[in-house]
Amino acid sequence: MTEIFWTLGIIVLQSVALLTALLIIVAYLIYADRKVWAAVQLRRGPNVVGPWGLLQSFADLLKFVLKEVIIPDGANKGVFMIAPLVTSILALSAWAVVPVNHGWAVADINVGILFIFAISSLEVYGVIMGGWASNSKYPFLGALRSAAQMVSYEVSIGFVIITVLLCAGSLNLTEIVMSQQTGIGTSLGLPGSFLDWYWLPLLPMFGIFFISALAETNRPPFDLPEAESELVAGFMVEYSSTPYLLFMLGEYVAITLMCAMMTILFLGGWLPPFDIAPFNWVPGVVWFLTKLLAVFFMFAMVKAFVPRYRYDQLMRLGWKVFLPFSLFWVALTAGVLVAFGWAP
Amino acid sequence: MPELLNDYLPIVIFMGVAAGIAIALMASALVIAVRNPDPEKHSAYECGFDAFDDARMKFDVRFYLVAILFIIFDLEVAFLFPWAVSLKEVGVFGFWSMMIFLAVLTIGFIYEWRKGALEWD
Amino acid sequence: MAFAAAFFYLFSAVAVAAAVMVIVSRNPVHSVLFLILTFFNGAGLFVLLGAEFLAMILVVVYVGAVAVLFLFVVMMLDIDFTELRQGLLSYAPIGGTIGLILLVELALVFSGWAISSEAMETVAAPVEAAVGATNTEAIGRVLYTDYIYYFQMAGLVLLVAMVGAIVLTLRHKPGVKRQNIAAQVARTPATAVEIKKIKPGQGI
Repeated sequence: MTEIFWTLGIIVLQSVALLTALLIIVAYLIYADRKVWAAVQLRRGPNVVGPWGLLQSFADLLKFVLKEVIIPDGANKGVFMIAPLVTSILALSAWAVVPVNHGWAVADINVGILFIFAISSLEVYGVIMGGWASNSKYPFLGALRSAAQMVSYEVSIGFVIITVLLCAGSLNLTEIVMSQQTGIGTSLGLPGSFLDWYWLPLLPMFGIFFISALAETNRPPFDLPEAESELVAGFMVEYSSTPYLLFMLGEYVAITLMCAMMTILFLGGWLPPFDIAPFNWVPGVVWFLTKLLAVFFMFAMVKAFVPRYRYDQLMRLGWKVFLPFSLFWVALTAGVLVAFGWAP
Repeated sequence: MPELLNDYLPIVIFMGVAAGIAIALMASALVIAVRNPDPEKHSAYECGFDAFDDARMKFDVRFYLVAILFIIFDLEVAFLFPWAVSLKEVGVFGFWSMMIFLAVLTIGFIYEWRKGALEWD
Repeated sequence: MAFAAAFFYLFSAVAVAAAVMVIVSRNPVHSVLFLILTFFNGAGLFVLLGAEFLAMILVVVYVGAVAVLFLFVVMMLDIDFTELRQGLLSYAPIGGTIGLILLVELALVFSGWAISSEAMETVAAPVEAAVGATNTEAIGRVLYTDYIYYFQMAGLVLLVAMVGAIVLTLRHKPGVKRQNIAAQVARTPATAVEIKKIKPGQGI
C-alpha cells in the first residue's frame, strides 16, 4: 500500500515540477515577446521592474490578482467563469505527454500525438463559451470568428501530422523523435546531424504547420478574433482580473505547446544538431529548450512584421491553399514511401 | 491491461494539478481583490450607449457550413491515423485503398469549390 | 486494479448524471455542454477498456467537431425561453404516451434477447492482427484491407454528407464583390492607369 502512495507522490511531484517550470518559461516568453516586438519598433519594451524589466511578468501577475473581478449583469455566470478555466486547464494538460528529453515525459502514452491533437481541437471551447456567456455583441462576434478560424486550420494541422506519422510509423512522441536519428544525412554517410530531421524532407509541411499554428493560436497576423480596431478584444472584452489572466495564460501555453510540437515533429526534439562531441555532451533538455525558443522567436518576429489578414483572405488560405496542398503532400509522401519500400 | 492504465494515471493526476493551479489563480482574485459593484461597471460593453437588444443574435449560416465541412475533413484525418502507422503492413493494397477513399472525398472537395462554398462573403 | 474500478465508477456515474442533465436542463447551450461532459467520460471508459485510439478519436471527432456544430446550431437558434416553457405542459400527454410505447417496445425486445454461448469465447479471443501491436496499428492492419468495402462505404457517406450540407445551406448573397488574386496580380501599368491630358482652365 505504501508503495502505491510513493508512486502517486512521485507523479504529483513530477507534475508540479513540470508545471512550475512551464509557467516560469511562459512568463519569460511573454517578456521575450514584448521585448522582440519593442526592438523591431525601436522601443525599449518593459525595462522598469527588476533588472532589464526581467520581473515584468510577475508584476503583471500581482496586478491581475489585485484587480476586481467583474461579471456583467446579463452574463451567464457559471459558463462565464468556467470558460477561462477550460482554456487554461486544457492548454496546460496537453503538456503531460510532451517529452522534453529521452524518457522525460510525465505520461509516455502510445497515442501521444493524438492526445495533443485532441486537446488542441478542444481549445475552441474556451473561446465559444467565453464569447457566448458574456452576452455582449463584441465578444459574441469575436467568438464566432475565432471558432471558424480555429476549426479551419485544424484540418491542415491534421494532414501535416499525418505526413510526419507516415515517416515515423508511430503515434508515440518519443518514438517520433527517435526515428529522426537517421534520415537524409545518415543515408549520405554523414554522422547524425540536423540534416536527418524531418524539416528537410517535409519542408513545405514545416511551413504549413508553422502558419497553421499561428492561426490556430490566434497569433498575429491571424489575430482577427481580437482585432482591437474593430472588436476591441474579441471574446475577452467583458473579462477582467484573473479570469482574463487565465485566458492569456492559456493562449501563451498553447503557443508554447505549438513551438514544442514543431520541435518534436520537425526539429528532432532533444537530439543535438551534430551527434559528435562536444554537442552530444549537452543534456537533451537544453537542446529542446533552445529549439523551442528559436521557434518562438519566429512567432514573435511574425507578430512584429506581418500586417493582419482580412477574414476572407484567412479562410481562402486555409481552405483553398493549405487543405488541398497538404492533402496532396500526404498522398505524395505515402506514394514515395510505398514505391521505394521505405515505409517504417 | 494494467500497464496501459499505468500510462494514463499520470495524465489524470497532471490534469488535477493543472486544474488546482488554475482554480487557485481564479479564486485568489475573488478573495483578495476589492469588490465595488456599480451598475455602469456591470453593464455589457457598448460604444457609449445602452445595448439596443439582446446580444445573442442570429448569425450567418456560413459558420454552420464551415463547421460541417470541418467535421467531414476531421473524420478523414481520423481515418488516416491508423493508416499512417500501419502503412508497411497494409502495403500497396492498403495504399491504393486509401487513395480511392481520398479520391472520393476530393470529388466532394472539388464540388464545394466549384459551388463557391469556400468563398467568404 | 482498485484504481481502475474506482475510475470506472467515477466515469460511469458522471456520464449518466451528465446525460440526465442534457435532457433536464432548460438552456440548450447548457445541454450541449453537458453532452460534452458525457463524451469525455465515455472516452475515459474507452481508456479503461484499453481502447486508447478510440478514446482519442471520440474526443477529436465528437467533442472537437460535432459538438462545435451543435453549439453553433443552438447559439444560432435564438430561442425565447419563456415561450418554450409555456407549451411544455400541453405536449406532456403526447410525449408521455410516445415514451411509454417506446419503453414497452424496449422491454419486449430485451425479454426475447439471448446471448449465443459462443459469443463470450469470440469476445475473449483477440483478432490475429492485434497480437503484438498497439491498438492503432491493429485497427490499421485490418481496416484498409479486410474491411475495404465498409471503409469505402464510409467515404461515400462522407461525400453524400458534404454534398448534402452544401445543397441545404449554401446561399449566395447577390452583389458581393470578391477578391480575384490572379486578376490583381496580372494587372500591368498599361491596364491599371489611364493618363488624360487636360488643358489648363478646362474641366474633364
